[in-house]
Amino acid sequence: MKHRGLFLLQLGFTLLVSAFLIVPVILSILAGLTVNYFVGLESGLTLRWVIEVWTGYRETIFLSIGLSLACLAVTLVLGVPTAYVLAKRQTALTRAIEELLVMPVAVPGLATALALIVTYGSVSGFRTSWAFILVGHVLFTLPFMVRSVLAVLSAIDLQTLEEGAASLGAGFWSRFRDIVLPNCRAGILAGSLMVVTLSMGEFNMTWLLHTPFTKTLPVGLADAYASLRLEIGSAYTLVFFLMIMPLLLGLQAFAKPRPVKFVAEETE
Amino acid sequence: MTDIGKPLAIALQGCAKTFADGTRALEPLDLAIHAGETIVFLGPSGCGKTTTLRIIAGLEEPDAGGKVLFDGVDVTHLPIEQRNVGMVFQSYALFPNMTVAGNIGYGLKIRKTPDGQIRARVAEMLAMMQITKLADRRIDQLSGGQRQRVALARAIAVRPRALLLDEPLTALDAKLRDTLRLEIDSLLRSLGITAIYVTHDQAEAMALGDRIVVMEHGRVAQIGKPREIYQRPATRFVAEFIGTMNRLTGTTQNGVFSCRAGDLAWNEAPGHATEILFRPEDIRIAESDEASGLHGKVAAAFFLGDRTRLFVEVGEARPLVVESTARREFNHGDAVRLSIDPRGLLVL
Repeated sequence: MKHRGLFLLQLGFTLLVSAFLIVPVILSILAGLTVNYFVGLESGLTLRWVIEVWTGYRETIFLSIGLSLACLAVTLVLGVPTAYVLAKRQTALTRAIEELLVMPVAVPGLATALALIVTYGSVSGFRTSWAFILVGHVLFTLPFMVRSVLAVLSAIDLQTLEEGAASLGAGFWSRFRDIVLPNCRAGILAGSLMVVTLSMGEFNMTWLLHTPFTKTLPVGLADAYASLRLEIGSAYTLVFFLMIMPLLLGLQAFAKPRPVKFVAEETE
Repeated sequence: MTDIGKPLAIALQGCAKTFADGTRALEPLDLAIHAGETIVFLGPSGCGKTTTLRIIAGLEEPDAGGKVLFDGVDVTHLPIEQRNVGMVFQSYALFPNMTVAGNIGYGLKIRKTPDGQIRARVAEMLAMMQITKLADRRIDQLSGGQRQRVALARAIAVRPRALLLDEPLTALDAKLRDTLRLEIDSLLRSLGITAIYVTHDQAEAMALGDRIVVMEHGRVAQIGKPREIYQRPATRFVAEFIGTMNRLTGTTQNGVFSCRAGDLAWNEAPGHATEILFRPEDIRIAESDEASGLHGKVAAAFFLGDRTRLFVEVGEARPLVVESTARREFNHGDAVRLSIDPRGLLVL
């Protein structure tokens, strides 16, 4: 009886915390579908706001998706080899690099953005292009890619695996392609998931870096909240969800680890 | 069984190795390894045996001045991937992202062998190592012994010029180690391949080696056939590292060695001998009515079935280890008389 009471207490607490987190999401979705949020649901449901967002802010959504994929491409090209070198050479220098890489995460995004503007803001073609935002996003997300790949590489005996491949005749590029990359696949996928979500949702750095022609989804969202009806802002969130969820679920399914089965020693 | 080309002769000339932090792992080493022989590097950890193997493999370069010759050709600066040697690692180094068949065929794939030939060779290797039914397993689904077989098959599949084995059995339990040791032995004999085997286990070294290179502190202590190493050790270190060695201290005069436990007639005794060494199996427990021999007291006796292992107190720092096949029973405190086969006596 006593155990049952404890169980109910725990269940109640868990439900309460879940509700605390989920209710705002539901309310936000409802707000985006309600004719007039201040009147309430009795004012009726509508897709009007969603359509308005789609016509007005479509570009920001596509820019954000494009930006996050470009960011992913750059962090893959820079991050995986960086992690490989950091895993292979454990020196004072590589440890310092590992620490420095995390700096853009620790420093407020606004500060990084300001530094970028002060340094490169006068390069006009660059300042007004989306590549300017991309640079900021890469700075911010690169450590997440490096860290997750490095974590996987440190967990396997990379050195011996590579020596094994070399003893079979594989040169550097063959080893990298056949042994290193497949064996850090889990880290690459986890890192990719982080990079895409972070880039997609990054606001405070992007807010300073953007121009009227390079508005990303979160910046547009802030605009909508600040200057338009609450229903439009909420509909925006809904669109955001619908766009990003399939992407994340897809990546997640891809990154699922394979089950491991052990086999007992055969008796000779 | 499987075609390997002409076996390779390997020579090391003045190969030393100093690591970046200044530690000397290997003193300058000259060594000739004959084509087709199995040579075992034996020694405690840190003796330089693995470093030597890695220099032969091409995983390390010797310090400037050292040379590695394969059939007389200088390969010192050739990386391992161009040396065509097969290597088996202590941790196996099997690729977790490939199946068993994928691992075994990898070296052939790198050599751009046609698919059909790879399949045939992999099947041949699987059959040879008796692991055909494991072909499609992933590495994490294999036991230690199975992994070792895959590692051997993978190394041999590419028809290497020499096979290098770095403590291949250390990670396995004792019983499996014995089985695999036999398998490796018959495999090496049937292949006729030049093989270099690194171990710290003297039983493994004795069983597998045509010759054994005993190493200590980066130096070669002795090179020889297992029997020579055991019966005629060149140094104290070799004598005590291989098998069990007894020691008596005393003085020699007119062909008689005298110690606290008594006198030992030994015609060939060098005049200067103040310490003699001998193996447990060279001691005989004399009948009690014999007058000659050494006096001792049994300190401990372990009946092992086929023999009894005795520790006999003779007034030295360490008791003598004696192996007796006598049918009698020994008890703590029994007085015994020992005679020693003079052929087994050593002075080092």
